[in-house]
Amino acid sequence: MFSLIRDTLLSQAVTLWRVFRKLFVKADTVQYPEERPYMFPRWRGRIILSRDPDGEERCVACNLCAVACPVDCIALQKTETEDGRWYPEFFRINFSRCIMCGFCEEACPTNAIQLTPDFEMAEYVRQDMVWEKEDLLIDGTGKYHDYNFYRVAGKQIAGKGKGEALNEAEPVDVRSLLP
Amino acid sequence: MFTFAVGSGLSIASILLAVIVLAAMLIWVERRLLSFWQERLGPNRVGWFGIMQVVADMIKIFTKEDWVPPFADRLSFVLAPAIIMVVVLMSFAVIPFTPEVGVIDSHIGVLFVLAMASLGAYSVMLGGLSSNNKYALLGSLRAAAQMVSYEVFMGISLLGVVVLAGSFNLREIVESQADGWYIVPQCIGFLIFLIAGVAESHRLPFDIPEAEQEICAGYHTEYSGMKFGMFFVGEYLGLVLISSLITVLFFGGWLGPSFLPPIVWFALKAGFFIAFFILMRAALPRPRYDQLMSYGWLFLLPLSLLNLLLTGVVVLSTL
Repeated sequence: MFSLIRDTLLSQAVTLWRVFRKLFVKADTVQYPEERPYMFPRWRGRIILSRDPDGEERCVACNLCAVACPVDCIALQKTETEDGRWYPEFFRINFSRCIMCGFCEEACPTNAIQLTPDFEMAEYVRQDMVWEKEDLLIDGTGKYHDYNFYRVAGKQIAGKGKGEALNEAEPVDVRSLLP
Repeated sequence: MFTFAVGSGLSIASILLAVIVLAAMLIWVERRLLSFWQERLGPNRVGWFGIMQVVADMIKIFTKEDWVPPFADRLSFVLAPAIIMVVVLMSFAVIPFTPEVGVIDSHIGVLFVLAMASLGAYSVMLGGLSSNNKYALLGSLRAAAQMVSYEVFMGISLLGVVVLAGSFNLREIVESQADGWYIVPQCIGFLIFLIAGVAESHRLPFDIPEAEQEICAGYHTEYSGMKFGMFFVGEYLGLVLISSLITVLFFGGWLGPSFLPPIVWFALKAGFFIAFFILMRAALPRPRYDQLMSYGWLFLLPLSLLNLLLTGVVVLSTL
């Protein structure tokens, strides 16, 4: 009997009091369009394609982002420049499907595809939510300022032969017996 | 005709207007208070502190399509929301707001309120039954069981006050509280009436007939437009009614120190309980259906009988 009274009355009274105290607590929400919440740099919002410090596209069209994407919203086609650099011929993200999971960013080997704190992407026409490479490419390096894929990778391009990349050893001469 | 007196035209018109406007305003008040208690801002855009939100809601709800489902029983479907409005507004007839303001000075005031509350059950029953929808039917089944069982000790809990005042007349009950409010001798009766009142107006935490999470709004699932609006306003009218009744029966109605006029005292006391009901909505979880029933029949009913018995003993021994 006592426990019944305790459970039905006392605990409810305590709950009422604790919720009542919230009247004097500042609201957690803000007046959105005028006031804006602080967006954290790692927020997973609108997707961009970044450039390396030299101003070239970082994307090497490896298709890993398209594979990682759980909703298949990324489509791209690989092509090549004459000096041997790979780049996407087209790169298309359908933001009406995108769920901002960030798997593409995790999968990307060259830090090309990145998510940004921008979330205001509403459109009146559904087709406008399909973004092409021109829309996605930015001029800067995004979150990683010094990274240049072709400078660190072993891939041979014009002006950079085998073994000339940063921290890369000379290729092994298999015909030599010397250690 | 144009002076404030019990039953005068001015009195009736102002009560009707004030009560309906207040019930509509409560939609905004409740949303705002709930948002404060949930650390939000709430509707604050339309007009001064968002007070015109009610007007915006009214325009929306009046211009909505007034749709009756083809599978519904048309007559009772249309009748149900009207019943709750009429019944609750009728109950306000016997509430004594101040010595001058009131509709009738009935010697069966308490019984009249209880009778009207019982008729209110028809509204939710007919609404759910005529909707021809299984969720609505579940809601109205729950509503009928809840209202019928909580009415029992709602009445019994009031009998303590009636015994002390020696009258069913609400106006005389208020006047007999001049030398002490009935909350002191009748605190158990007050608690029971409070709980039964919440259940009777099916407000949270006892909104089991319309539990959105379980049976998607229960008996008014199929309602839209102004018919839904009438259920909605009817619920807020019920809230105002229960708060006014608590004020009249246990907190001395319009009585209070004379630096404020009687109507202000009444409004302050009733407003306090309206805010308390909203706080209950913000804080308390909904019990299960069987918990509600067993709590009512096994705990509150014996308690209210005991309260009546003790009151009777005390009154008789001091005769």
